Amino acid sequence: MGSITLEKVSKSFGSTSVIPEIDLEINDGEFVVFVGPSGCGKSTLLRMIAGLEDLSGGRIVIDGKDMSNEAPAKRGLSMVFQSYALYPHMSVYQNIAFPLKMDGQEKSAIDKKVKDAAHILNLTNYLDRRPGQLSGGQRQRVAIGRAIVRQPKAFLFDEPLSNLDAALRGNMRLEISDLHHQLKTTMIYVTHDQVEAMTMADKIVVLNAGRIEQVGSPLELYKSPKNVFVAGFIGSPRMNLVEGPAAAKHNAVTLGVRPEHVQISKTAGLWKGTVGVTEHLGSDTFIHVQTENTGKITVRTDGDFATEHGQSVYLTPDPSRLHLFDANGQAI
Amino acid sequence: MATLQTRATARIMMSPAVILLFLWMIVPLVMTLYFSFLRYNLLMPGTEEYVGFLNYQYFLTDPAFFTALGNTLLLVGGTLLITVIGGILLAIVLDQPFWGQGIVRLLVIAPFFVMPTVSALVWKNMLMHPVNGLFAWIARSFGFQPVDWFAQVPLFSIILIVAWQWLPFATLILLTALQSLDGEQIEAAEMDGAGPISRFIYLVLPHLARAITVVILIQTIFLLSVFAEILVTTNGGPGLQTTNIAYLIYSQALLQFDVGGASAGGIVAVILANIVAFFLIRLIGKNLER
Repeated sequence: MGSITLEKVSKSFGSTSVIPEIDLEINDGEFVVFVGPSGCGKSTLLRMIAGLEDLSGGRIVIDGKDMSNEAPAKRGLSMVFQSYALYPHMSVYQNIAFPLKMDGQEKSAIDKKVKDAAHILNLTNYLDRRPGQLSGGQRQRVAIGRAIVRQPKAFLFDEPLSNLDAALRGNMRLEISDLHHQLKTTMIYVTHDQVEAMTMADKIVVLNAGRIEQVGSPLELYKSPKNVFVAGFIGSPRMNLVEGPAAAKHNAVTLGVRPEHVQISKTAGLWKGTVGVTEHLGSDTFIHVQTENTGKITVRTDGDFATEHGQSVYLTPDPSRLHLFDANGQAI
Repeated sequence: MATLQTRATARIMMSPAVILLFLWMIVPLVMTLYFSFLRYNLLMPGTEEYVGFLNYQYFLTDPAFFTALGNTLLLVGGTLLITVIGGILLAIVLDQPFWGQGIVRLLVIAPFFVMPTVSALVWKNMLMHPVNGLFAWIARSFGFQPVDWFAQVPLFSIILIVAWQWLPFATLILLTALQSLDGEQIEAAEMDGAGPISRFIYLVLPHLARAITVVILIQTIFLLSVFAEILVTTNGGPGLQTTNIAYLIYSQALLQFDVGGASAGGIVAVILANIVAFFLIRLIGKNLER
């Protein structure tokens, strides 16, 4: 079991308020991702759930019990840190066994649990090594191993993949998602990378300056962002946000259209512009077009579309896929 | 120093310094070795002659030698014990954030800058003096008989003075080591359910192991030759109670004018220091490999 409820949780350091009141419901077995730009308070929020940071106000309820003032170890949560925080003078085995040893469990029981965890994470051959002798990905797995042996109510991940290279990050993303399907334990995952958020989450919580901008499944956020911030943050490349007459035509202050929903043509279309930088990814091509009246627009088209720098093109946004926002940035 | 030429040039450029340092070390050593085989007494000039190992025989069979050896080991061991344990505790306290941290750190380090003779005099006359000393005053104001430190517990008094001088050094080294401990590791241990004592045993102490061995090595080198504190306070007495090897050699040479015997003692001291160094280096080598 592992349902977590935040009730009016707030945090301030001195007179600066980092997190104004937040309410959030995390259901048992859910994979929740906190995502937002750096400094938005997502790590602070995670550390408050973990108990490493005091609350300035509000309550944290875990499995129906108020845990707001409990010590971190009593909350039944495990955390994987950004720097892995492995104990450098202990072997992999001792690292994974440490929480069990602190719990005062029997040697034989510890041994079985450590071996099981090592088996799940493919660490069986590395149990005698020290963290210093492991690669980044292996260290990451040891940190996860140390988290799972305690059979926590929920896992907390604090940007666990940001120290890995791109290829390994992709692999570990899959492994963590796999692990979630195997264990079916609640997971809370903090990242600034919206790709990680989109690919792994059951539920994404978009944070900005300590406030929750929107909560929803990845596709909900992609299809119907509630406001300009979410629209600009979720999706890669970013959504094109256009202000001025083009938006006014639809009775909106800001008009948003995703790069994949813009038609590009060499002959005719709604907006005229010249081609700037073209990024060829093979499967797709991102074309940055400087339009005459609507500013810079990014277009995503198929890999075979041939253009040259400075060429004139015409763009037409898909009218059924437009996102409209009012003066406060809220979706209409 | 990649090419052959640069390597040769480097050798030539370095050689004056290396040769000078080598002579600096080898000349006194050889002269001491030479004197140790002579009957060489300053009161009987002109009678120097080769006596073989007689000086060594006298020095090593002198009952004062074993007393001095024991005192030396007690002095080194006692001081190390106090400075390492005290240093760890002080370092942990100084690592906590508190008001006036900067000034307190400065004060803790201050004793290291006081020269040994001065600090020994201050301890002797202002703190441990049985009539005028601060400790005696404290004892009297509680109605106790004051302790006559240098008469009743002379070696312990010397250990206290030396430990006071070296405590800042140990604290400083251990504090910097403590500050390099990763905060996330402590937090991870907290999540893993380790209390303050477990965190100290399983995380802080292993992290400090390297710094502790460095403190022990460096202090041992200096503590084997403690001299000024003894000369200023007790002159090796009462009896032989505070005579260590260094002081014994001094009294042999400059109080009994027996240069030959003192040289033999010096060579014995060099050999002893090397035995200690051998074990220490092995210990440290093991610790640094990790």
